[in-house]
Amino acid sequence: MPTYETQAAPLVRLVGVEKKLGRQKVLRGVDLEIRQGEKMVIIGRSGGGKSVLLKHIIALMQPDAGEVWFRDKDLARLNEEQLVPLRKETGMLFQNGALFDSLTVGENVAFPLREKGGIGEAEIQSEVERALKIVDLPRQEHKWPSELSGGMRKRVALARAAIAKPALMLYDEPTSGLDPVVADSINKLMVRLGHELKMTSVIVTHDMVSAREVGDRIAMLHEGRIYCVDAPKVVLESEDPIVKRFVNGISDASDAIF
Amino acid sequence: MTRYAQQLGARFIGMLQMGGQLVFLFQDIVRCLFRYPIRFRLLVRQIDFIGAKSVPVVIITGGFIGAVFAAQCEFQFRSLGMSSAVGPVVAIAMCRELGPVLCALMIAGRVGSAMAAELATMKITEQIDALRALAVYPTEYLIVPRFLAMIISLPILVGLAITCGVGAGYFVAVHILAVPGVYYWNNTEKFTHDKDIWIGVVKGFFFGLIILLVGCNKGLQSSQGAEGVGLATTESVVDAFIIVLIANFFFTFLLNAIL
Repeated sequence: MPTYETQAAPLVRLVGVEKKLGRQKVLRGVDLEIRQGEKMVIIGRSGGGKSVLLKHIIALMQPDAGEVWFRDKDLARLNEEQLVPLRKETGMLFQNGALFDSLTVGENVAFPLREKGGIGEAEIQSEVERALKIVDLPRQEHKWPSELSGGMRKRVALARAAIAKPALMLYDEPTSGLDPVVADSINKLMVRLGHELKMTSVIVTHDMVSAREVGDRIAMLHEGRIYCVDAPKVVLESEDPIVKRFVNGISDASDAIF
Repeated sequence: MTRYAQQLGARFIGMLQMGGQLVFLFQDIVRCLFRYPIRFRLLVRQIDFIGAKSVPVVIITGGFIGAVFAAQCEFQFRSLGMSSAVGPVVAIAMCRELGPVLCALMIAGRVGSAMAAELATMKITEQIDALRALAVYPTEYLIVPRFLAMIISLPILVGLAITCGVGAGYFVAVHILAVPGVYYWNNTEKFTHDKDIWIGVVKGFFFGLIILLVGCNKGLQSSQGAEGVGLATTESVVDAFIIVLIANFFFTFLLNAIL
């Protein structure tokens, strides 16, 4: 298992995280460090617990065992209300957007700013306008989430998650279901958010193009554990049979047909 | 045999579990009431949905129940020569039992189920997780405005149902069944006391609380998928009905003794 030397202090550190959902043990002792300012891509099979892992990082789920450190706090030991101030520093893009259907697109994007308070309405409006322009959806403020396509919803959700400029951004499959051009624009946006705003990002994906372009490091989750963590080049060109098969998309299905 | 015993046991444990969840939810709501500023925009929206939009159903329910109740009483009392006693009987029945219970049943069907469905949908589409991720405590944002709107609206709606029932009873008795209006109204005023109205309003308050807790709890606890949303919706109505009807029995004795 390749290791990587520590350079910057970790922003997030998972130690032996275990989680059982129903009868299935999804995470079986995950150890992972995410450094300040890096873009960490997590790859792995569908249903392999990548989203579950991501939800542990902002304590939307609590581990059955193990520790989840964010800066100097163990999130596993905090209750829902103690987590609220910490979550002001994080943003999350959900797989299907998770926009609030009772609010318009503009109100959704403005939500984090309004919750933060102390910002004038005019400034909020101009920020929302700017954010929607960045995700390539200008002048869509007055639409309802139900009027948007899946890809558009995802971009609105990205604007909502990033508008308050969190220190840590979590992306749950940011490019799935998008056409290659839009997916590329999302990839570039993730890179720019990292560079310009010094955001730390964790990106869960099975889009290898995205992993290659965005990631500073790639971690592969396999059978409930982190199988390897390394620079994209190393992982994508790995000769390890498990990694190689996943990266190149080769299934081990039998030759039989129905 | 053992299977039935197991099922019975599972039912019983489920009931205890739900009771516990309702108590914790209520405790959480009360804590949030004191800890966070009230969101007036959401409160107004919920009062509009729970209160204002329920007015037509409550008027129809209260009015028609008062009307048929007055008619049936009059048919029976006529032979005893006590037609003018219909007034107080209708008024007291409407105030103490029919107004609050029927109003609660209508609101459980119209509002409790909608709450359960909305919250369950928000849960399965990750909107509740999104709220949490955006550093908002879901109870404070989603439940507290609904709670306040419910306990403000339901006593008023009960008052409206009582008024409509008594008014419709008067109309049927006096204008259709020719009971002398002056006697009818005098008797109604003489035998109906403030206490009767208070019992109705206090019951309305508690029924509102029951509907809210059951509806929100079913929504928040729903399992994944469209089936979960459907189940949460129907269960919220059935459970709220049953709890309201049983609680009503105890409130009847309790409030009669203390008010």
